[in-house]
Amino acid sequence: MRRRAVAVRLASLAVVLTVWELYGRSVNPILFTYPTAVAEAFGELAGSGELGAYLGQSLQVLAYALLLAVGAGIPAGVLMARFRTVELATDLYVNALYSTPMVALVPLIVLWFGFKVPAKVVIVFLFMVFPILINTEQGVKNVDRGLLEVARSFCSTEPRLWRDLVLPAALPFIAAGVRLAIGRGLVGMVIAEFYTSISGLGYMIVRYANAFETAKLFVPIVTLMVTGVLLMNGARALELWLAPWQRRAARET
Amino acid sequence: MVCLLGPSGCGKTTLLRVVDGLIVPDDGEVTIGGRRVTGPRPDVAMVFQQFGLFPWKRLRQNVAYGLELRGRPRAEIERAVAHYTALVGLGGFEQAYPYQLSGGMQQRAGLARALAVNPSILLMDEPFGSLDAQTRETLQEELARILAREPKTVLFVTHSIDEAIFLGDRVVVMSSRPGRVREILTVGLPRPRDLNQVRADAHAITLRAHIWEELRR
Repeated sequence: MRRRAVAVRLASLAVVLTVWELYGRSVNPILFTYPTAVAEAFGELAGSGELGAYLGQSLQVLAYALLLAVGAGIPAGVLMARFRTVELATDLYVNALYSTPMVALVPLIVLWFGFKVPAKVVIVFLFMVFPILINTEQGVKNVDRGLLEVARSFCSTEPRLWRDLVLPAALPFIAAGVRLAIGRGLVGMVIAEFYTSISGLGYMIVRYANAFETAKLFVPIVTLMVTGVLLMNGARALELWLAPWQRRAARET
Repeated sequence: MVCLLGPSGCGKTTLLRVVDGLIVPDDGEVTIGGRRVTGPRPDVAMVFQQFGLFPWKRLRQNVAYGLELRGRPRAEIERAVAHYTALVGLGGFEQAYPYQLSGGMQQRAGLARALAVNPSILLMDEPFGSLDAQTRETLQEELARILAREPKTVLFVTHSIDEAIFLGDRVVVMSSRPGRVREILTVGLPRPRDLNQVRADAHAITLRAHIWEELRR
């Protein structure tokens, strides 16, 4: 069954790449390109170190923003779920900001934080923090009531309750939030690179688009795709490593 | 060992939760050793119907839970965990996660966790209610054996007449709608008891019939 799945995927990939290659070669190279040309451009940009340098700039921003979003989003989510007063006092703003298209805030952030790395980090952070916060809150609210009763019966304190029960129980929700956040964060990253001081993979996109070097334009795009997939799989692997009791559940689905 | 016996919905579990301080009664009060219960107390431990083990903790961490909350020293916790896992017959399974254990084994772990804090009162909320009949009888005998070695005051909720007679020194018969105590009976069978002997015992059979009539009224 598993081998069948792999075979179908590989066959599909081969068909798509072949059709793209054959069609791509017949189109004006300014408008479109084809896989072997992209691969060649990839080799050139990676070999010269250009791709690595710009990817590094992008990942740096993403990493800072992710750390901040996890560090702020998880505690805030737990507080909102555990204390009704905190929830009532803040959920209005959280929901309002979560519903706001973050792009709309970019000019304001530039005004406050300038054009450089801090402004980019703030933009990506805003894209990432709300899915983490809201998922954490949902996860904590879903904690098994029976286990909460066990903790109360054994006279647990609130900090111990977080450690023994709330965070482990909410971990699958938090991890789903982090995966969502990574997807949104990549969007935020490219937007930040377009609209603040131009840098990173966003810079490569703008530069090669303006120069009509379409094959090279595809290199940062494919890199973004691969980065997104790798980061999400990494988050999933981290979750399973942190939560070995879930491995069975993961195998069964 | 006092068994609270009654049909579903008569408030046995609610009464047990009030004794544990998990629920504050609208009226009346519970006192333990002359002191009023206002919340959960460290010297009262509960064994839960659905076991209440933490899925992310290994068996030894689950058993150690109450002692860790009480801030006991590491060495004492290790000793207690080894002692009580062996006592409930789970020696060798210390590293297992709950999902790797059968229902009966999970409830043995729940019992070890409660005993480990050396409570003055042990509360048991239909602890064997969700187990299959054979496991249930094995655990009834095991519980009697364990309590013979480490005597405790136990308040045991059940809806099984046989279980109440086999385990209890006294049986509190409750009725539903309204939830009331009907009668408090003394079992008066000698210990140690054997499940098959109790079943065949003339006194136990009379008692069983009496309780059955009482519950049907």
